[in-house]
Amino acid sequence: MLAQLLITSLVFGSIYALMALAMSITYKASEIPNFAQGEMAMISTYVTFVALSSFGMNFTLAILLTVAFAFVLGILLEFAFLRRAKDPTPLSYIVITIGFQLMLYGLAGWKWGSDQRQINLPFSESKVLYQTDSFAITELNLVTILIAVIVLILIYLLIQKTKLGLAMKACQQNVNAARMNGIPSDRILAISFGISSIVGATAGVLVAPLITLDPTMMWDPLLKGFAAAVLGGMKSLYGVVIGGFLLGIVENLFGFYISIEFKSVVAFLIIVIVLYFRPSGLFDKHYVRKV
Amino acid sequence: MARKILEVNNIETYYDHVRALHGVSFDIEEGSITTILGNNGAGKTTTLNTIMGLLDDQPDKGGITFDGKHIGRKDTEYIVSLGIGYVPEGREVFDELTVKENLLVGAYLRKDRKNISADIQRMFGYFPVLEERISQQAGTLSGGEQQMLAIARALMNRPRLLIMDEPSLGLSPALVKLIFGIIPSIRDAGVTVLLVEQNANMALKTADFGYIMENGRFVHSGRSADLMEDEDVKEFYLGIKMEESVKGEQRYKRKRRWG
Ligand SMILES: Nc1ncnc2c1ncn2[C@@H]1O[C@H](COP(=O)(O)OP(=O)(O)OP(=O)(O)O)[C@@H](O)[C@H]1O
Ligand SMILES: [Mg+2]
Repeated sequence: MLAQLLITSLVFGSIYALMALAMSITYKASEIPNFAQGEMAMISTYVTFVALSSFGMNFTLAILLTVAFAFVLGILLEFAFLRRAKDPTPLSYIVITIGFQLMLYGLAGWKWGSDQRQINLPFSESKVLYQTDSFAITELNLVTILIAVIVLILIYLLIQKTKLGLAMKACQQNVNAARMNGIPSDRILAISFGISSIVGATAGVLVAPLITLDPTMMWDPLLKGFAAAVLGGMKSLYGVVIGGFLLGIVENLFGFYISIEFKSVVAFLIIVIVLYFRPSGLFDKHYVRKV
Repeated sequence: MARKILEVNNIETYYDHVRALHGVSFDIEEGSITTILGNNGAGKTTTLNTIMGLLDDQPDKGGITFDGKHIGRKDTEYIVSLGIGYVPEGREVFDELTVKENLLVGAYLRKDRKNISADIQRMFGYFPVLEERISQQAGTLSGGEQQMLAIARALMNRPRLLIMDEPSLGLSPALVKLIFGIIPSIRDAGVTVLLVEQNANMALKTADFGYIMENGRFVHSGRSADLMEDEDVKEFYLGIKMEESVKGEQRYKRKRRWG
């Protein structure tokens, strides 16, 4: 049973890790907690759904379209809304992201209603790849974990090995110094929102077959992603990913051994406990400047 | 007379509704070392930040030309791309990036990627200690090492004009000497230098031309050699005291002459 729990933990942990990473990328870049992250992922997932079901596109094409859409949506949030704020405070940014969230939620409700739909990915939930007495891995389980891990690795490579990644880090640390070195900080920030939105969309597409597709689908994953990010330390990209998987494990063990009814409360409890004992999260480096 | 690489024409800069620069004009000859001297709050950093386009919608009035192109109120990225390197006050290295990464950020606009590692080696020629620290996070460097890194980072873009804001700030005399010793070699490598300083002694010894700033305007300028001989400069900036009995009166007169 423990093995099966672990698989479920990893599947949901993947989703939480992706959501937490998405939040963390933009938070690091701008100190803005993006409350629209979930709804942006939800709308992007609808794009996959429409491409597959209404236009009958093949899966690869639908995914490419979704990635492009998510990227543009992220840039739109930064360019059309956040950048327009005059003398912004953290609060005004938060209000803008909540406004964007409500806008997207309204749009989805109007276009697709509250019907629960089924997204048909070419990976089956019923096809069991490996089975023993105590556990089974389905194709969908494996693909979910695999895609999440691939996206995590791609983001790692982007940030650590590319010029764009270096520019993102430079802007995060000292935006004025970045500009003095010729880095177009506004454009880099917009691109960070675009990339974060793609990561969130991945979580949306992967979670859709596990739950159902409707405008509220990302509420729970967003809260969990947020908890995972707080657990890992919002500003540590490694930390939030580990936080995501940890939350997946803790939540599923709690649900099985302690109380299934209160399973969803775990995320909230974790936020409170972490904020109480270690506000910078478990993995945030405590950077000490040498004098 | 040599060509002017930078011309600043009567600029006025505001912080909100407070005017910090009241019509500042100066120019820089290509291939020279020019220094701007002035006490705390004189407006030196404000002048440089205005040139670099770091203050939104400033200068409010007046024009800035670099190499014949108007750069007033332009984006910092554009100004940097034209060939101005900036070493800001307080160094502003990227604390959590390594020395090497800091230098690569300096090379962000470079199109000739293949020459970058040769240029990093050239920087290690100026500042050998940076090579020893190549993989260390910049935040863990000493103040002097950070200053060297900030200069090297600005040079990585191969600027034609290097602007430095108080590179001697907070450094030991030996380090100040080292930094000032490099400046002529930078110029000899073909980079025009604008040096803002409070250390008037070192700055005038190094520079060809000097400007003296007080309360948001220039009050005096000339060849460094002449400025070093000037009685006012000697008294107020080089710390050479006049005779006690006449000091008050002379200061009064000199202030008037500058105003
Ligand atoms: N961000 C700011 N907002 C408001 N006023 C400012 C700001 N920065 C500088 N000032 C004011 O503008 C004036 C010039 O400051 P500036 O920093 O240019 O002086 P400085 O000559 O560089 O001095 P220092 O040698 O101490 O660096 C000062 O009166 C200062 O208080
Ligand atoms: Mg200053």
